Amino acid sequence: MAELEAVIGLEIHVQLATKTKMFCGCELSFGDEPNVHTCPVCLAHPGVLPVVNEQAVRYALQIGLALGCEIAPHSIFHRKNYFYPDSPKAYQISQYDIPICGPGRLGDVRIHRAHLEEDAAKMIHVGSSGRIHGSGSSLVDFNRGGTPLVEIVTEPDLRGAAEAAGWARLLRETVRQLGVSDVNMEEGSLRVDANVSVRPAGSEELGTKTELKNMNSFRFLQRGIEAELARQRELVESGGTVEQETLHFDPASGSLTSLRSKEEAHDYRYFPEPDLVPLVPTEEMLREAREALPELPAARIARYEEMGLASDVALTLATDPRTSGYFENVVEAADGIEPRILANWVTGELAAALRQAEVEGGAADSRVTPPALATLVRMVQDKKISHGSAKTVLAALVSEGGDPEPIVEREGLAQMSDSNELEAIVEKAMAENADAVEKIREGNNKAIGAIVGAVMRETKGRADGGEVNRLIQEKL
Amino acid sequence: MKDLLDLTALEAHEAMVGGDLAASEYTAAWSEAAAGDELNAYLWRDEGGEEGRAIAVERDCIAPIAVKDIFTTEGVPTTAGSCILEGYRPPYTSTAVRKLLEAGAPILGKTNMDEFAMGSSNENSAYGPVLNPWDRGRVPGGSSGGSAAVVAGGLAPWAIGTDTGGSIRQPAAFCGIVGLKPTYGAISRYGMIAFASSLDQCGPLTRTVSDAALLLGILQGHDPCDSTSVGIEGGVSLPGREDLSGLRFGVPAELRGDYDSGVRDVFEQTLKRIEDLGGEIAEVSLPSSEHGISAYYVIAPAEASSNLARYDGVRYGMRAGGDGDLVQMYETTRSEGFGPEVKRRIMLGTYALSSGYYEAYYGQAQKVRTRIAEDFTGAFADVDFVVTPTAPSVAFGLGEKTDDPLSMYLNDFFTVPMSLAGIPAISIPAGLAEPEGGGPQLPVGFQIAAPAFAEQKLLDAAYALEQGIGFDAKPGDGNG
Amino acid sequence: MIERDQVLHVARLARLSLSEEEVEQMVGELSGILEHVDRIGTLDLEGVEPTAHVVKLENVLRPDEPRPSLPRDVALASAPEPQDGAFRAPSPQAE
Repeated sequence: MAELEAVIGLEIHVQLATKTKMFCGCELSFGDEPNVHTCPVCLAHPGVLPVVNEQAVRYALQIGLALGCEIAPHSIFHRKNYFYPDSPKAYQISQYDIPICGPGRLGDVRIHRAHLEEDAAKMIHVGSSGRIHGSGSSLVDFNRGGTPLVEIVTEPDLRGAAEAAGWARLLRETVRQLGVSDVNMEEGSLRVDANVSVRPAGSEELGTKTELKNMNSFRFLQRGIEAELARQRELVESGGTVEQETLHFDPASGSLTSLRSKEEAHDYRYFPEPDLVPLVPTEEMLREAREALPELPAARIARYEEMGLASDVALTLATDPRTSGYFENVVEAADGIEPRILANWVTGELAAALRQAEVEGGAADSRVTPPALATLVRMVQDKKISHGSAKTVLAALVSEGGDPEPIVEREGLAQMSDSNELEAIVEKAMAENADAVEKIREGNNKAIGAIVGAVMRETKGRADGGEVNRLIQEKL
Repeated sequence: MKDLLDLTALEAHEAMVGGDLAASEYTAAWSEAAAGDELNAYLWRDEGGEEGRAIAVERDCIAPIAVKDIFTTEGVPTTAGSCILEGYRPPYTSTAVRKLLEAGAPILGKTNMDEFAMGSSNENSAYGPVLNPWDRGRVPGGSSGGSAAVVAGGLAPWAIGTDTGGSIRQPAAFCGIVGLKPTYGAISRYGMIAFASSLDQCGPLTRTVSDAALLLGILQGHDPCDSTSVGIEGGVSLPGREDLSGLRFGVPAELRGDYDSGVRDVFEQTLKRIEDLGGEIAEVSLPSSEHGISAYYVIAPAEASSNLARYDGVRYGMRAGGDGDLVQMYETTRSEGFGPEVKRRIMLGTYALSSGYYEAYYGQAQKVRTRIAEDFTGAFADVDFVVTPTAPSVAFGLGEKTDDPLSMYLNDFFTVPMSLAGIPAISIPAGLAEPEGGGPQLPVGFQIAAPAFAEQKLLDAAYALEQGIGFDAKPGDGNG
Repeated sequence: MIERDQVLHVARLARLSLSEEEVEQMVGELSGILEHVDRIGTLDLEGVEPTAHVVKLENVLRPDEPRPSLPRDVALASAPEPQDGAFRAPSPQAE
């Protein structure tokens, strides 16, 4: 049997951080008492009508532009009809075949579309004593009902669970930096469902896909997809066929349960929403949305890579705007030192020093100013201090702030620049470690460490390790 | 001074403003009259108790008014003529009623109607049929039957109703009064219990065209709570046209069809009257209008099936079968709460939107609608108004058409095209005619339709024609 | 015209339960209505845009400003079965 490849698409719901709901003026709720943020409109009383939240439209445009989407010059709302207690109108106002955002791209994944819709209410299931099924109750809290959502659908361009989780993280970071949503998976302001299928590697056709829901962290997203891929692979390899169904991921057990009930699939009977008029984004709205965009992760990563940074370092910086801002200040102060080297110091030694000192926040919140770090790195580049000494100086900068030169002076960490002095120490160390010297001459190069160590102790780490090695080799 | 109850709303208003009439006295006279309702026209009346508190006026200076029970009134029962909302008291008041209260018009009561505005005879009410004041064995028309009956029957000086496919105009015609359906978007729909969202409009039912203008002026306007409302630019003034010279009235060739000879006679006479007043009669063509009923009875039920899905027993209104599971509760509540006509239309509408049928039904019907609107635009390039009889017959007997839904639907033949096109149309009483089977004469309505937002022109012409016709028959004038 | 099966299916979609008698009646009545309505299927409407909106309005938007919500007791006042500050409904059938 031909090798099977995974084909994954994601469906993401982003809860917008507007002040009010999508179609009425009720405030959005944050863990409040049930049903304290409702009105006749979001309770769907007879005779009420929806009115679109202007800010939600702006936010949707920003999301669309950030994802490189074509913005529809004219889009409309549709009714998606279905009965459920969390849907008070028994229809959700959404967008169907004419969404506000069309095809786009983020990283390696193409975006199919993005559209505006309203969130459902919250249902709490309460069991009825003695019974396992059936006559339990649902208690419905309409606080959440009507919260604005942007739904983003990708093309099935992902080929693995880890890749999917990684891309989802990139999407999350991108949307977070727009400031339009908290995008918190645990809290529900970001929800990611996956459409998963398998097919013979190299095939162009799509296999039957299943829909995975209820994965409320990136870790669970990855595990859920992995579990489903494993299941589908086994099924197909043993001659079975994948059935289209919706699967609910249980984080506790890591297993997937089918939600396929005895009822037929929903017939949503979509038709254009007669109570709302079309959205026609104006030049001004688009301009304002464009201007509101910060430099987003994907663009920043590309820029850093162009500056010579390694991909993973670029990614680390790009997903942390404050640290990347700090990094750019260091680059400016360093004037001439390769950004790659500076980036490694920021994400490597400085980050480690901050962790070691248990400092809250990141580089931008620390006492190490960008010019100070730049100077420190230059001193290492110019061999004025050893890398090891620099780490000591850095730790001091973290706790005291200020500049590196006085600290170097104070601690006597200046690298030995007097080669005569160094030569004398090396000769002495070689004399005191004659057996080590013998071993080196016999071909055991590791023994050099003992002599280097002695020299370092004598010079209190100020000697340049490379230079010591060279001198030893010379005197053998 | 004329008997208080004979004053038109305009006359009363002028008298109140002029200090010749105490508003409270006027309102009290009407409240008393309303209490004598034997037509089952009122479902609720303000008897000065607790209930009416939330909708009491601060300053009473306009004629009190009857309101179709489809408009929400805070704290006051609002049923839409249905069992499923029995006992329901809304937590808010509709914009139309709010504007009336702000203008100083006390609410006399809520009038009976076909359930959820679905019907042409007011026989679909869960609270019993309304009787036509001209002949209590006959229907007043629907769905605003209660509103028409109170105005014609001396139980209110004027009323508001709703018109989706003819539900103001046709009862106005059957009851011998004036009924206006404004342009779609002229009056806010917020708080007007939805039947068919793209067709529903609030409108006046009055004894005179001037009263209709006065009422329209109060009600019209953009409402931030209704995204589809625009109001009428320039507002509405009282009509004052004296004749119809310079105006052209188009009679559609396609809307001939089969209708009662008595109605036809009055229609022809009215055309002559128009000519006598200086107007010109011309023939126009509205080729798609004969498909109006078909398109309407797809679009309206489709939207209704969605609008009525919220009546599920969860948040308000009736609940039945709550001991079963969710689906049982939904089904039992809705099956017990809705009457047969509502169920029929929900079924029809759900079918028309369902998978595999959308294009053929809903999609196709919305195309017919575009054509109908285009037809009117074409006609209005040539004429100022399009005229037809309002209804194909005079008021028919109770129970006469309830066995055949389709024959009931055909009542809307003349009124539905205007609703689909969203243009304004008014029905004024034009004469009396014998019903097809013989018997005492009953009112016949004459319908005038105008381009979108041309209400002022429409009211001016209707006023001139109304004066020219001089219809002054009343129920109980030796008829019925 | 419309079959019994279709009537039952549509009733399910609409959450209506019909008695046997009602189903019979519905089949007849809906068939009659659909026969009339089906005429529009014979029209050549190629190239005609369906009317999605009657008023020619666009971008009718509301500022993102909070308006007072209903006090909870008012929100629950019409509820057939209020419970613990929420609206109680029967659970869906075990899935």
